[in-house]
Amino acid sequence: MSLSKIKFDKKIVLSFWIILIALIIAAPTLLPVFRLNLLGRYLSLSIVALGVDLIWGYTGLLSLGQGIFFALGGYCAAMYLQITSSSEFPNNIPEFFALYGVEKLPFFWEPFRSPVFTFFAIWVIPALVAGLIGFLVFRNRIKGVYFSILTQASLLVFFNFFNGQQKLINGTNGLKTDVTQIFGQMVGSESMQRVFFWITAILVIAAWFFAKWVVKGRFGNILIGIRDDEPRVRFTGYNPVIFKTIIFSIAGALAGISGALYTVQSGIVSPQFMTVPFSIEMVIWVAVGGRGTLLGAILGAVFINYAKSLVSEALPASWMFIQGGLFILVVTALPEGVLGWMQGDGPRNLLQRFGLKRKIETYPSLEINNKDKKL
Amino acid sequence: MELLLDSLFNGVAIGSVLLVAALGLAIVFGLMGVINLAHGELMMLGAYTTYVTQLIFKLPILKPFYNSYIIVSIFLAFIVSGVVGILLEKTIIRKLYGSPLETLLATWGVSLILQQFVRSVPLAYGTGLVISLLIGLFLPTTFSSKIKESINFKYFKFSSWIFAALTGVLTGSLISSSVSKLSRASARNVDVTAPSWMRGQIEIIGTTFPKTRLMIIVITLISVIAITLFLNQSAWGMRIRAVTQNRQMSDCLGISTEKVDIITFGIGSGLAGVAGVAVSLLGSVGPNVGGNYIVGCFMVVVLGGVGNLLGTVLASFGIGIMTDLIGAGRLLSIWPDMPLTLSNTINFFATTSMARVMIFALIVIFLQFKPTGLFPQKGRMVEN
Repeated sequence: MSLSKIKFDKKIVLSFWIILIALIIAAPTLLPVFRLNLLGRYLSLSIVALGVDLIWGYTGLLSLGQGIFFALGGYCAAMYLQITSSSEFPNNIPEFFALYGVEKLPFFWEPFRSPVFTFFAIWVIPALVAGLIGFLVFRNRIKGVYFSILTQASLLVFFNFFNGQQKLINGTNGLKTDVTQIFGQMVGSESMQRVFFWITAILVIAAWFFAKWVVKGRFGNILIGIRDDEPRVRFTGYNPVIFKTIIFSIAGALAGISGALYTVQSGIVSPQFMTVPFSIEMVIWVAVGGRGTLLGAILGAVFINYAKSLVSEALPASWMFIQGGLFILVVTALPEGVLGWMQGDGPRNLLQRFGLKRKIETYPSLEINNKDKKL
Repeated sequence: MELLLDSLFNGVAIGSVLLVAALGLAIVFGLMGVINLAHGELMMLGAYTTYVTQLIFKLPILKPFYNSYIIVSIFLAFIVSGVVGILLEKTIIRKLYGSPLETLLATWGVSLILQQFVRSVPLAYGTGLVISLLIGLFLPTTFSSKIKESINFKYFKFSSWIFAALTGVLTGSLISSSVSKLSRASARNVDVTAPSWMRGQIEIIGTTFPKTRLMIIVITLISVIAITLFLNQSAWGMRIRAVTQNRQMSDCLGISTEKVDIITFGIGSGLAGVAGVAVSLLGSVGPNVGGNYIVGCFMVVVLGGVGNLLGTVLASFGIGIMTDLIGAGRLLSIWPDMPLTLSNTINFFATTSMARVMIFALIVIFLQFKPTGLFPQKGRMVEN
């Protein structure tokens, strides 16, 4: 992937935006509530996909532990909702505490009584945790697959911890949000779900602009530099550790926001968000959509999840085969993803195959060099 | 003293399971730089092979040899997982050398497919498929060199695949008609029962010890010795080491790196199958059985230092002993009157899942001081 990609035509981009915004405005009236809720969930997942794209597509860090930050954001939101709607339960604390004989709210949940604190906690806490994990790993120049393995191990640490702590966070059962109240309305109610859909849609676009701003300019160039040749970036006088930590924190924050939105729309947050397969799935959304293209991450997340729900409704057993096949296909045949393929030489090569476009002549030596690179 | 011995035995038992599971991974990862996330599923195949072998040995013809089925299944599991691994290498992984992150994603896809395959295809036909793969892959290599060099070799190859497919279907339906338990697909877990000579306890220096655990330690020991001998004494082992050190130079000197890759990956996958036999002795066998081990195995490999078998051995026993010390809260019984806060902390971590949390945290802390593991690869390089 080179720095300068063939840009889409301005008109196409503009019309794409008009169609997208029209669809988002029309969706709540067109779709039944069940489908709208699903779409809202998938849109919220596309925010975490944006984060994965920032760290993997642009910086070359394949994190298999984004589920940690996703779930942390979800837990923050869910705990706030549980606490604010717990006035009728004994001791004014969420109901589940009574099951395990806890009488006082654990101290670290105390600040979550305040909505302002929660608003910040949803993205600051995941960002801080990501920053800490990232700094410890990057400081030692652990990179590539070792980074992936370590993030996966951290994911397992968090999963086991959250799974085992009934007294603090209700363990395996997770925290339910659909019967809690916000602004005097049930979170699970239809009107509230519609509101959440709007918030999600606006935040996805905001996150897209934010990510676009991050990868633009010098900061983005350094990220791409780290992806393509990290030692060279270091020898040029930059400290990759700082940049990597910052971008990993940003991805963590995006994951936290995404997790919170997903939680209020799915009605529960549980350690299941921290399982290994879910975090790897996030990578495949980006890979199919096109890594290094922000739009690809969003589209990949929404379309693959929609396909997943449709296929699972029709043929439950076949989704695993399709998903496994997607992983293999995208890695071997379509390494730049669908959008990357369309922006690059893909369509031209396809037309050449059928003789519809003239073949580009290159020097034979160039072709040999490219072959070497692939090996 | 007795407590310490007890702890040591338990630790070695946990560690040996980890070791046998991580051994194949250490070879594939250390020698080829391939991250094989399907390793756990290859273990799962090995465990299912044990189950199928057990049921087949219950047939009237083989009944007299029933007690030896576990020994046979070790070899069969090695072959089954090895063949699947070779196929994997030939079709997918070969295209992805030099880009470990891509192999990671592709092998994850493979692992999903293998899991679902075991769920939705009857084991009898699965066995048939493996048999046909085995014949299809290896029959052409047994032809005489005259045929191999002839221009019609591709027709010979093609017909051998047809023969393989027919044999596969035949054995599949034969097994499915004679063993009813294998004729239906099921997502439920199955159980492998150890033969009578492996049940019960054995007494070693005052402590009792389950025989199955001892069997696992023996399997691990044999695998480690065999693989060390293979790598250090045999001609192919030397070629593998040469390719690991310098791929291009070995290629120039006439070593077929392609063959080396296939053999290395096949052996690594086969060892996963052997690990599957060991795992099947510990608990019930299901499609997810391998997934529980894979992250632990990677931690062993990273902790031990990539490409170093001694490091792998030490790391897995270290993790095993630590798991036992923390998970069973043994420090409390060794030192009963410790301060209250300390004992509370130890009690907090004295469950299996919290012990795992603690171990992984300790490993991450350890990697802060030695980022390349216990025994790092020596050499001068900027990076990679």
